[in-house]
Amino acid sequence: MELRFPVRTLSTRRRHPLANVLVILGALAVAAVLYMAFAPKGATAETSSLDDIEAGRDLFVIGCASCHGQNAEGITTTSDGNYGPSLIGVGAAAVDFQVGTGRMPMAQSAPQAPRKSVEYTDEEITQLAAYIASLAPGPAIPEDEYLEYESASAEEISLGGEFFRTNCTACHNSVGAGGALPDGRYAPTLENVSAKHIFEAMQTGPQQMPVFSDDVITPEDKRAVISYIKAVQEQPNYGGFGGGGIGPVADGVWVWLFGIGGLVGFAIWISAHGTRSNKKPKGAEK
Amino acid sequence: MATDTYTDIQDTKVGQKAAGPVGWIDDRLGVAGMARKNMRKIFPEHWSFMLGEIALWSFVVLLISGTFLTLWFQPSMGETVYNGSYEPLKGIEMSQAYASTLDISFDIRGGLLMRQIHHWAAALFVAAMIVHMLRVFFTGAYRKPREVNWLIGVGLLILGMVEGFAGYSLPDDLLSGTGLRFVDGLIRSIPLVGSYVEFFLFGDEFPGELIIPRLYMAHILLIPALILGLIAAHMLLLVYHKHTQWPGPGRTNDNVVGYPMLPVYAAKAGGFFFVVFGFTALFAAIIQINPVWAYGPYNPSEVTAGSQPDWYMGFSEGMVRLMPGWESTFFDRTWSWNVAIPGLGGLGILFTSLMLWPFIERWITQDNREHHLLERPRDAPTRTALGVAGMTAYGVGWAAGGNDIIAIQFGLDIYTLTWIFRIGLFVFPVIAFLITRRICIGLQHRDHDSVLHGFETGVIERSPSGGYSERHAPLPVATQYTLTTRERLPELEAAETVDANGVASPAGRKDKLRARLRHFYYQGVLDKPTVEEVHHAEEHLGDFQGHPNQIGDEFGGVSDAGVPKSH
Repeated sequence: MELRFPVRTLSTRRRHPLANVLVILGALAVAAVLYMAFAPKGATAETSSLDDIEAGRDLFVIGCASCHGQNAEGITTTSDGNYGPSLIGVGAAAVDFQVGTGRMPMAQSAPQAPRKSVEYTDEEITQLAAYIASLAPGPAIPEDEYLEYESASAEEISLGGEFFRTNCTACHNSVGAGGALPDGRYAPTLENVSAKHIFEAMQTGPQQMPVFSDDVITPEDKRAVISYIKAVQEQPNYGGFGGGGIGPVADGVWVWLFGIGGLVGFAIWISAHGTRSNKKPKGAEK
Repeated sequence: MATDTYTDIQDTKVGQKAAGPVGWIDDRLGVAGMARKNMRKIFPEHWSFMLGEIALWSFVVLLISGTFLTLWFQPSMGETVYNGSYEPLKGIEMSQAYASTLDISFDIRGGLLMRQIHHWAAALFVAAMIVHMLRVFFTGAYRKPREVNWLIGVGLLILGMVEGFAGYSLPDDLLSGTGLRFVDGLIRSIPLVGSYVEFFLFGDEFPGELIIPRLYMAHILLIPALILGLIAAHMLLLVYHKHTQWPGPGRTNDNVVGYPMLPVYAAKAGGFFFVVFGFTALFAAIIQINPVWAYGPYNPSEVTAGSQPDWYMGFSEGMVRLMPGWESTFFDRTWSWNVAIPGLGGLGILFTSLMLWPFIERWITQDNREHHLLERPRDAPTRTALGVAGMTAYGVGWAAGGNDIIAIQFGLDIYTLTWIFRIGLFVFPVIAFLITRRICIGLQHRDHDSVLHGFETGVIERSPSGGYSERHAPLPVATQYTLTTRERLPELEAAETVDANGVASPAGRKDKLRARLRHFYYQGVLDKPTVEEVHHAEEHLGDFQGHPNQIGDEFGGVSDAGVPKSH
């Protein structure tokens, strides 16, 4: 069969109701690809400028001040509770973690701010972080050298494992699947959390998490912890489908639902079939 | 179909060839007489009679896969530096037990598959024993003469759990060590002697260096030998007592209706073994179980979130999680009520009540007859309801053992869950009891009605006066027989507290209690129809005055689609 470019087919359908839509979508796709190829890369502003601080303050007053106070000094409830904690001294790392994982701004009052879609752009997060960092010294956003875990050696990975088991698994579970904490709080899963955010969480101790400052676990060791988490998460699931790392409870569900369930099904099948023999002894009447 | 006659075995080629060797064996061992008797042993047919077989066959799978694992496992707590192929643990100090488990998982061909087969089979073994036990309980199969076999079964269940726990502890990973620590706590909580028993078992302060070799000995020698012995006794008694059967046409308390051992059950049971083996192998091949490498080596100072025992220990774990943290210090000692009451008490109550139940029931019902016919759960409403209440309590404890997993998977508060389970442990079983007994009695009434008033045919008739009614037809005789094959209820009498001379009877208080329990046991239970009632019903249903057409014996009502069915 002859293959021909279907010009005629196309041309006869140019008045099709969907033709316009398709053309627009195609044009958009082309423009997007071109934009991605030629658009200027975001300037990597490592040092925060005064402009950033100024812009960050504007963002803060709009989006954060209602809970954290006009000057990030925190708001206390009438019963001396903590409406929004003071952010003075929490450092850029805390802002980058909380806003960069979507935990802040909170959607509603809850025992714990869950991870959700990020509300601010990277640039805005940098500005907010610059503003908070300008209030008082605090942990900065980690340097890339501590986040680059792919090149970690086997020794570093197993060392990170030791740190992880000693400090982290009690709440986050041995493969970082997360765990329950009292009063509806929880240690979140570490699945799909970026190296930067893991580092910042250790450094700043968000929500229920204790602070593991650079004096307690050095940045190099933090990198080792991250490399262990990533190594364990990226390795194949030896032995078949895992139960999401939640341990023997999942095994029990499997055994009862599918093991006992399936074998009872087979038992019913086997016992539903009796013997069938039409053979008769020799000489018997047919 | 090649032929419709069979050839006697001695005339077949196989028979002619085998005659020599078989004769040789029989001359020396004299097995022919025994084989003749037992190979034709009759077993009744029902799917629920094969549940124990699941346990038996998973035990065989455990023996086979376990033997493989012993070839490489090193039951030693001696320290070593891991240098196998699992990268994230390279260079870590660990016990030889853990290192060899990692080697089995990563460096021995087929080792991980065998480990997983072994573990899945273990989880299945205990589950199958429990399902089998529930079948025996709810059908009253433990009644005389089978009480001893019931006790052996409970013993097997306990041993199975201990055996599973010992195996779970052997790899010496962080999870198994945490489980061991839990049991260590249980042992310590025994009042007065706890810490002595702990030192006796561990040989040192926890964890010491002896517990793994000791558990290994128990796991591969002591407990399997006991289990094997008890299984042998269990099955010998099964053969001796003959298997119970469901009531039905031709089935009485004095016979067994079914198929012979050879060839039917040999084939069915043998086939079922391969099904069970296939299931464990399939599970092991596609679903991960106990990924020891993920937990890391055991270190008493570490723990991981989501630490759970295997499912059969979940009940005791949950009971401990439910208990408030009560602890008191007097007589210069710490009394850990927080662990002793739920841990030892929970398991103690569970197994004690299981063991005592056949005797308690006999004492209440005063039924000393032999029973070879099973009772339908609905025909013993109090027993069934007690069983369901017990299952509910067990279920609450079991769920509480996974409260953290439930909390995080469903976004709930773990404290709220704990309170629901705490209250539920006492409230849910009562609710379950009341509902179950009500359902059983309701089903009894339905059976009663269908025996006496026939079944609903789905045929609507209009009377000359214009009223509509549904035609009822008598059940087939076989079904009527099946529904009415059960013991008539005993007469309930008030306890005699005085003897013939008016003197207070020494056993008066006991009799009074029994009378009260009998009343509780039989309360609301419907007796089967009397002969007069059945005859009356026959006349009533048989006469079709008012009905224009007679319904044949084969007619079994009409289906939802209006198509006539036949019995």
